[in-house]
Amino acid sequence: MTALLRAESLWKAFGDREVLRGVSLELSRHEVVAVIGASGSGKSTLLRCLNLLEPIDDGRILLGDEDISDPRVDANAVRARFGAVFQSFNLFPHLSVIDNVTLAARVVHKVPRKDAEARGLALLERVGLADKAREHPDRLSGGQQQRAAIVRAISTEPEVLMLDEITSALDPELVGEVLELVRQLAADGATILMATHEMAFARDVAHRVVFLDGGRIIEQGPPATVFGAPREARTREFLARFTS
Amino acid sequence: MTTHTPSALEIDRRAYRTRQSRRSVLVAIASTLAFAIVVWVTIVATPGWAAVQESFFDPQIALAALPRVWDGFLLNLQVLGLSLVTVSACALLVALLRTLPGPVFFPLRVLAAAYTDVFRGLPFIIVLYIVGFGIPTLTNTRIPVLLLGTIAVTLTYSAYVSEVIRAGIEAVHPSQRLAARALGLGYTQTLGRVVLPQALRKITPPLMNDFVAMQKDVGLISIVGAVDAVLAAKIESSQTYNFTPYVVAGILFVLLAIPTIRLTDWYTARLRRREQTGSIL
Repeated sequence: MTALLRAESLWKAFGDREVLRGVSLELSRHEVVAVIGASGSGKSTLLRCLNLLEPIDDGRILLGDEDISDPRVDANAVRARFGAVFQSFNLFPHLSVIDNVTLAARVVHKVPRKDAEARGLALLERVGLADKAREHPDRLSGGQQQRAAIVRAISTEPEVLMLDEITSALDPELVGEVLELVRQLAADGATILMATHEMAFARDVAHRVVFLDGGRIIEQGPPATVFGAPREARTREFLARFTS
Repeated sequence: MTTHTPSALEIDRRAYRTRQSRRSVLVAIASTLAFAIVVWVTIVATPGWAAVQESFFDPQIALAALPRVWDGFLLNLQVLGLSLVTVSACALLVALLRTLPGPVFFPLRVLAAAYTDVFRGLPFIIVLYIVGFGIPTLTNTRIPVLLLGTIAVTLTYSAYVSEVIRAGIEAVHPSQRLAARALGLGYTQTLGRVVLPQALRKITPPLMNDFVAMQKDVGLISIVGAVDAVLAAKIESSQTYNFTPYVVAGILFVLLAIPTIRLTDWYTARLRRREQTGSIL
């Protein structure tokens, strides 16, 4: 099976601080991959680079057979094929929930407002937010906001969904509702790349776990192996610190 | 710490980007040349150009008029300097009055609102006439034009600037007040230490814009008889029947505005850099 998204030895530095130091990663269709690692290990930067939100310094990113890191590529068109959810939701405060959800469909994909709203409402209904559609994001709880943000990301049926520590800004009691939604999306066959600190969730839902440390992939494999019997000392150290 | 040597692919991409930016420079040069040709054909090559040049751009008359126009310009600068201080103080006061909470301050809020309504609506020239001729008549004394000009500029510009400051105060998210009050800071302390510093940062670009507008509006004080750069130019040009002195005064005002405009650009660019995490969006 050829990879849907493939990163080949990505390098990225901010000033003289190297954040990614030769990261290679493959993601197949319908695969759920969890990226774990300490804060500052490069998880968010990796996701942003893959999303073309941050230019890479070296390496190559392939979406299907297309080299999307080529400067001749229309980055906007590529980003329209991805979905992204951020740690602090990043909903647009001046738009109602339904307008947040349908913005990309209407403006980028030129879907008529009626059709976009019908689809948006159906998705909101599915995540239990149908009654909040006309509210503005500030009126919603954190968990509701993040579910709305996920709906916004999937409303255009992205080929890859990137989740950047989407539960880190949530209360423990709100984390569950968001993770449940991700679990459903994974079960429906979405292709997901997520940076996360939720080890139990990664172990449960991800097909593969990638451990990132100091801008390099130290270890990757099925969750049972990475969490159960990590090969590398660094991984063991990180996981021990995390579970204690 | 650059331990990494770029791959052939990356070197290729960099070469492509360099080629692209070189092409952009060439396109810019070509379009500038084309524009220059259009200007030359439509303005310089017209039969009236020589006459225009003679009556607006006569270097000898410009040189002769410069000392007098410059003396007048110094008066403009004085009005500007004084107004900068008075406008800042008055505008801040009016903005604070307008945002005072509580029923006790209702009359003050109304007064402040009425003031901004009237003086933003009133043309500056009318304010100048009223102040320039009204106040001396009222007090029956000679008042220096420097003072009269400053009062007129202050009345008009405080109204505009106070509204900008108020918008800035209201643009600070309510959660910031909440956090400050929760720490035990009082209303005034919250305003002074949390709200205003954030508000001023937000409104610096529009404030600079108002300052640039003020820089050139001080040139209007000539209509109440102040011998500033504009009136000096008028006197000079009536002696020679040549408009060049006006151009000299105009150039002085533009030269005054340019540093402020550049400073505004630099500051907004710096704000943008600070607040943005991604580098390409």
